Formats: sequence, structure tokens, C-alpha cells
Amino acid sequence: MAKGAGERTDVLQGTLDLMVLKTLETMGPLHGYGIARRIEQMSDDLLKMNEGTVYASLMRLLQRRWISSSWGASENNRRARFYAITASGRRQLTKETENWGRIAGVMARLLRAAERS
Amino acid sequence: MWARLVLIVSRLRFAWSRRRVDDEIRGELEAHLALLADRYVHSGMTPEEARLAARRQLGSVRAIREEIYDMNSLPFLDTTAQDLRYATRLLRKNPTFALVAMLTLALGIGANAAVFQLVNALRLRSLPVDRPYELVSVGIDQHGKGRVGRGYAGRSIFTEPLWQEIRSQQQAFSSLFAWGNGGWDLSTEGEVVFGRGLYVSGQFFDALGVRAHAGRLLTEADDRKGCGSPGAVLSYAFWQARYGGNPGAIGQTITLDRRRFDVIGVAQPGFFGVEVGRAFDVALPLCAEPLIRGPQPATGRRDAWWLDIIGRLKPDWTLERAQSHVAGMSPDIFRATVSPSYKPEIAKAYTSFTLTATSAATGVSNLRNAYATQLWVLLGATGLVLLLTCANLANLTLARSSARGREIAVRLAIGASRRRIVRQLLTESALVSGLGAAGGLLLARWISQTLVSVLKLGPAPVFVDLTPDWRVFAFIVAAAVLTCLLFGLSPALTATRRDPAATLDPGGRSPTDRHQAARLRRALVVVQVALSIVLVVGAVLFARTLRNLAAVDLGFDPRVVLASVDLRRTTVPPEARAGAFAAIAARIRDVPGVRDAAETLIVPLSGGDWNSRIVKGGVAQEGDVHFNEVGGHYFRVMGTPLLAGRSFDDRDRPDTVRTAVVNETFARRHFQQVDPIGQTFQMDLPPGAPQPVYHIVGLVKDAKYLAVREERTAAIARFSARESSSMFLPIAYLPVSQNTMPPPDFRIVVRADVPLASLTRALTPAITEAAPGAAVAYDAVANYIDALLVTERLIAWLSGFFGVLAMVIAAIGLYGVMSFLVTRRRTEIGVRMALGAEPRTVIRMVLADSGRLLACGVVIGVGLAIPAARYAASLLYGLPPSDAASFGLGISALVLVSLVAAWIPARRASRLAPAAALRE
Repeated sequence: MAKGAGERTDVLQGTLDLMVLKTLETMGPLHGYGIARRIEQMSDDLLKMNEGTVYASLMRLLQRRWISSSWGASENNRRARFYAITASGRRQLTKETENWGRIAGVMARLLRAAERS
Repeated sequence: MWARLVLIVSRLRFAWSRRRVDDEIRGELEAHLALLADRYVHSGMTPEEARLAARRQLGSVRAIREEIYDMNSLPFLDTTAQDLRYATRLLRKNPTFALVAMLTLALGIGANAAVFQLVNALRLRSLPVDRPYELVSVGIDQHGKGRVGRGYAGRSIFTEPLWQEIRSQQQAFSSLFAWGNGGWDLSTEGEVVFGRGLYVSGQFFDALGVRAHAGRLLTEADDRKGCGSPGAVLSYAFWQARYGGNPGAIGQTITLDRRRFDVIGVAQPGFFGVEVGRAFDVALPLCAEPLIRGPQPATGRRDAWWLDIIGRLKPDWTLERAQSHVAGMSPDIFRATVSPSYKPEIAKAYTSFTLTATSAATGVSNLRNAYATQLWVLLGATGLVLLLTCANLANLTLARSSARGREIAVRLAIGASRRRIVRQLLTESALVSGLGAAGGLLLARWISQTLVSVLKLGPAPVFVDLTPDWRVFAFIVAAAVLTCLLFGLSPALTATRRDPAATLDPGGRSPTDRHQAARLRRALVVVQVALSIVLVVGAVLFARTLRNLAAVDLGFDPRVVLASVDLRRTTVPPEARAGAFAAIAARIRDVPGVRDAAETLIVPLSGGDWNSRIVKGGVAQEGDVHFNEVGGHYFRVMGTPLLAGRSFDDRDRPDTVRTAVVNETFARRHFQQVDPIGQTFQMDLPPGAPQPVYHIVGLVKDAKYLAVREERTAAIARFSARESSSMFLPIAYLPVSQNTMPPPDFRIVVRADVPLASLTRALTPAITEAAPGAAVAYDAVANYIDALLVTERLIAWLSGFFGVLAMVIAAIGLYGVMSFLVTRRRTEIGVRMALGAEPRTVIRMVLADSGRLLACGVVIGVGLAIPAARYAASLLYGLPPSDAASFGLGISALVLVSLVAAWIPARRASRLAPAAALRE
């Protein structure tokens, strides 16, 4: 289901962070490539992004100590950095998930109201 | 808040290793790229196509790396590092400025830190013991003025019976201890080796929480009355110095005043006692005092003041509660311990004493009180020097920033914010002051050590712990920050206030901006001159004080050698001591090179004192008379002229009438109109004691007794009931030969033609030949005078140094500003000269301008110097604090130097070629 470039949704920075965090929560420790694949798979290719931005997002999360990183061997036995969610990361995820739900609800109501008028 | 902190900390962490982080990210991105490409190859692309597709999907590796790199940086740190690099480059380009700035700052900050270090060690630092804030010093109100009896060296304020009473009655302290200072002879024979001793009560070490480094410390069990020969505890420093830290020292014996004691332990390192400024070598329990002091112990005596008391507050007690507690128990305690030797009025004064309690967290100190004014004056002077340095640096910085006006204007013009430029200029100042402070830290240690080695207190070397602590570091950091702001801020603000367009306009000048900078620089010169006036006038005052003191007529010739002879460990019986001392003096007179020798109880200016009121015609006289007991040759040896009558000779025996020789002040005070020879007086002694009548047989010239500045001794002589304000104290000399029970230690003053070192080699055998087993110690009377004047000398030197420094700095400042003003007025001067002004007129014009600045500075400076001198009045001698001659001298010196400094740019201006100036 290939779509034109124009129809791709730009990924907001904060949203990407949330997606990375959620991915790490459900999948356990992953390296950057794995995270990119998982997000691609979950979005059914609807979301297109420069996968490099995942690494910027990982750095932001590292700085806030919501995730931690360690070195290990990847599936093809190359040295790779694995990222894992931390306890404070989980707390943040819960908070952000609620937040996101609220915003989504508000947006949905707002947009519907705008449609009606 | 917490999240923010976490963020800053991890950013710092990543920023620290961001090269490595970048390498890792690059590796990850490359691996990612490879994996993507592999996938595309699997789905059938050619490797080339796959790589391109992977690139597209990942995005720009460089852009990602840059984004992450920026994320891991703290812009503040980055900019600062950049500014610092730039500042270093600029300083390197201008090494003269850098050197002058850093040297003057190092000197200013170093001198301040050194004096502060002393203030800190003496006044602020806590004792190196457990929970020092719980320690409370017990005292007597008004320092127990009017206590009568025998006082021992130092500041001791309690008798042993008082200590026992207080200990048994008090409730406020969980532990209480007493201690007394002692000076003990460590030698086994011959010449005395002086050691600093401490008598301590049983709880001393325990209450302070001091632990044993080796062996054990004294406890309650060691300090029992009649303990005989108890164990001795060494200080760590003494153990290191004398035993080389050998653990075998414990269990050995140590000889103290020729008695042997077992060494039982060594106290923990760093523990110097509780008196700041005096460290101990050996500690004995209080009960050892009778053994050491011999037949006349202070233990048990109600009029022998030799102990100090400190206690540790009980946990739930406050200082205030302890104060009212000890005050409340005072009447009972003093009533129970009245000495039987006291007459009713003295006993009445005694029983009205009140005990006090004050915090002893920073220890107690003689030194602290003795040098308080001096230290504050020194700190004030060094503070002024630092301010002066700052003013000067501000001026230099201002000059530099005017020179860099173009650069700053360009940066402002192309959009740099003023804030950014001020910050960069301040970074430069901070670099200079930081380097200066580092230099100051190094200098401070050296300066303060020199100061301490100069501040000696009698025979015991002063011990002040000068290890820099956080207070000293905080002081230096504060000084550096303050100086940086003082000399950096206003030039930076002025420099950036200029209108860039005006500065950049090639021919144009912006009069208002320049004018502002010039006004600031002129104001700074006025400040420099004013501060210098204070320092220079101070230097002149202190120098004249020292000269006045050195020229004081002592009433004797101090070039005398002194041999202290102790007969306690000899077989000489007490009643034969007078004869033995006379025999030793006679034997010394035969030593080649010795001109004369005489025995004396008290050596003038040594600190020893014996005073009492006298009774004349049955009536007690107002004011203390000071006594001495001397041999017949004493006045000849000391060079004190006999004005009338005779000195002592073999007519003065125990069985003849008591005789005395008095000095002029004595005669003037007690026998105003009559010839004192043949008159009689008695000492004001307690009833019951023998009351001999003294017949005056001779009159001698006045001589100093306690101090060079005798009028100041009233404060020091704690046992004087009335203060004397004259230049000399009234003295009555009594003959040793009539004393049937002289003390076992006596002094022989020797006038000789050979130097001290070679003389003592000959004297020791002569003395031990006359009295086998005698202990001898040597000194020179001149040393006492040096010791008494040491602070005056120190202050005179330091203030002189600061004064010269101040003058030089002020002159540099004036020179700089006049050069700047002359350069600025080149065109104007050129026009004047083209119109026919003489070079002389130009010089006069420039000098008049300098004169105005000088006059302003001098007026303000004198206004500051007068109160400053008044504060230091107690340190001056022979001149009032507002001494016109000193002020005149100081001001003219400064004005002269400054005018020379101003004359150089003035002359340069007068030689200006008008054509050249006008062409610009």
C-alpha cells in the first residue's frame, strides 16, 4: 500500500519520543534499527520518517534517564547498543499515555465541532 | 525541578564525553545503514540501489550527528570556554598588562588572605576536638580584676581550691576540666632545654574527645592528690620532633625539671591544647604540680592563680542557662575559698566576684586579645591595597577597552548583543583575577608563616595552625570575584555603551562617549589617590612610632647577657641561696671578657613583676610600687646611674636594718619635697606577716620595668590596683643579701666585651663550679626589647611596604590617565601651540589638571585617614593620631611622586609638533 510522499504524516518530535518509549516497553531491550522496524510495522508504513531521528529521540530519552543503554551482540552477531526502558521511563509513559488520550479526545471533539459548523 | 536537575547532570555527563558519544552514534548509524541495505538487497535490489535507498530512509548521517552533538552541549559552558580561549590569546598578546595585573592582584589578594588566615586561625577556627560548640569556658567577671596573690604566666584565672569547689558544685557540665601552663626543663644536667608543659585535670583528654595516637592518655585515675610521680603524655608534634615518632618512647622516662616521669602515651595528631597560639609538648596531671614546683606549690593555695577551666555542656543545657547557673553559685564558692592572707577589704572584693560562662568553641587565647587591634589594622590596610589594585586595574582595563573600541564597535554593529560583549570582557577580567588569586594563595601561605614567626610570645614559640581551611578558600574566592567585578564591570559597561557608528566613523569622534570614559578614569584616579593617602599617612605614622620607641630612654643599657640559674636540684639549702648567688656572680666576674656581673630577681622587660602598695607613716599609699631584689653591682651592670646615696654592699646583711634603693618616680611620688635618702617605708602586707621597715639608702635614675611603653602596662599588669600613666613606674630595689629565703631560681646579669655564644661556653663551667648541679639558661636582655617591639616593627614594615606600593600604583594611575587625556587633547593642544602657546603653558595646563585630581584625592584621603588613624591610636607612640607633621610628610611624598608621574605626559604634550597634531 504505497502512498505518495505528500500523504505521509510528519512525525512530531514529542510523538516520536512517546512511540519509542512505548516500543521499548512492549518489546523489551532493542537496538535503534529494531525500534525503527517496529514503528514502521505498527504504522503500516503510514508514518514515514528519517529513521536517523530515532537516534536523536533515544538521546533525548537517555538524557532524561527514561531509558538506559548497554552494549550487546545483535542478531547477526555485530556489536550493537541496546536500549531499555527504566522505572522512571515507565512512569513517564503512563503519564504521557493519559495525556495523549486526553489531547486526542479534545482534538477529536474540536475537529468534529468545526466540521458541523 | 528534579527532572531539570537530572537533565543538567546527564547533559554535563554527555558533554564531558561527547567525542566518544559521537563515535558511538556514528557506529550505530552505520550499522543501521548496513542492516537497511541488507534488507533491500534481500528484496532484490542491486547493492548500489540498496545503499542509496537505505541512505534515503535513514536521512543525513551528518545532520543527525550534529543534532545529537548540539543536544549534548551546554551553550553556557561552550561560550565560556570560547571566551576564555579568546581572553588567553589577548593576554598573551599584551604580556605587560597581564603581568602587572596578575602581580599586583596576587600581592593584594595574597596579603589579604595571609592576614585573614591569621584572623581565622586566631578567632574563627574551631578547636580540633569533638563537638567544639559544646565547650564553655568558665571565667570571672571583668577578668577577675583585683585578684590578689601570686599569678603565673599566661592568662590563668583560677586557684586550685576554687577549681575543686566549682567542680564539686556545678550541675551544668557533663564534664569539666582545668589546666595550667608550665615551662619545664627537659635537660638532665647543665644548660636548660625549655619545654612547653601543660598541667591537666583527669578529665581533660576525655572531655575534649582527644584520642591516644599511641599508648594511653591521662584519666581521672591518674589525677589524684598526692599521686607522686605520675605518667606523662606527649603531644604528637613533640613525639615526632624529639623521638622521631618512635613507638618505643612509650614506657621510657622523660626528665622534667630534673625529675623523671614515665611516658605513657601520645595524643592524637593536630591536637595542640585548648589555648590558641600556644601548643604543648608534655602534659602531666594537676597532682604533679607540687612535685615539679617544689617546696612552694600552688596546689592548695587560695591566692595562687594558675588554672583555667573549660566544661562540656550537658545535652539539654544552653549557654544562657549555664551562665545563670555559675553566677548563682558564685557567692558560696568565693566565700568558701577566701585566702587567710587577705585583708578585709580585699576579701570583700574577692567574695563579690561572679563566675561567667562563655563559648570556648574556638578555644581561648592570649594572643587573640593581645593582637586584635593589630590584626584588624593589618586587614584594613591590606583591604585598602586590594581596593587600590582594583582601581588601578579598572583604569588599565578601561584604557585597553578604549583601544579596542573599534573591535567592540564592529562586533556591536554586526549584531552582537551588548550582554554578550560585556560577558566576554568580564571573562577576561575573571581570568586575570583568577590567576591573581592563584598567585595570592601561594603568596598567602608564605606571608602568614612569616607573620607568625615574627609574632613571638616570650620563650614559647607561637603555635598557630595555618592549614588553609574552607574559610580561607572562600575568602580568596570571594576576593577574586569581588576584584573581578570591581575592576571589570564598569569598564565593560562603559566600553559597550559607545555608539558604534560614531566609533567606526574614520575621522569622527564621539565626544559624549569619550567624555564618559574619561570621567570614569579621572574618578578612579581620585579614588586611587585617596586610598594611597590613607596608606601612606599610616606608613609614616607607624614608622615614626617605631623610631620614637627605638629612641626611648630605657634607663639602662640593654646590651646585657642574662644567665638564669636554678638551684632546685642542688644541695644548696634555702638559707644559703643568697650567698650562693652572690658567689656565682663573683665567680662570673673573674671570667675573662666579663666586665661586671650582678644577681637580680627580676630582669627588666622580661615580663616578671612583683608589686605591692607601700605604707608610709602607718598610712597605706595609693598606687602600686614595683619591687626588685638585686645585688650590689646591679646598677653598675645595667648602667643605671646612682643619683644620690649608695648602692648595696656588705653592710646590708640579714641582721642589719632593712635597706632599699628607690628610683626617681618613687621619690617624686612618695617624697615630693623631701630628700628620700634616710626616709622609711613598709610594704602593705597581710596582717600576721613580718612588717619590716625599709630605710632608703640610695636614689637611682628611672628605668623601664615592665615594658618599653610603660604607660600601656596598666592593662597588662592584672594585679595593679591603680594604673600609672607616667613613662616610668615607681621602683624600689631591695638587697638580695638581706633575704634569708630567696627563691631557688635567680638571674645573673652580665656585662661583657665578648659575644654571647663564646661567653656562655665560659660561663657554664664557672657557674657549675660555684654551684654543682645548677641548671642554667642564657638570654640577652636586648631580645626582650626586640620581642616587646616586634609588633610595632612588623606593622611599621608592612605599612611602609603597603605605603610605597600604594604610591607607585597611584602614580601609575595618574600617569596613565594624564597620557590618555593628553592624547585626547592632541588637536586642541596643537591648535593652542599653533596660535603661539609656549611649551611652558602647555605643561602648566596639564599639571594643573593633574593637580585638580590630586587635590580631590588628597581631601577625600585625609577625610578617610583621620578616623582610620584614630582607630589605630593605641598602636601609636609619641605622636597623636592626627599628627600634622606625619600627615604633611605623607601628603607631600604622594603629591611629589604623582606630579613627577604627571610631568612625563605633560612634557610630551609640550613637545608636540602642532602641524602633525593638526593634520590628524
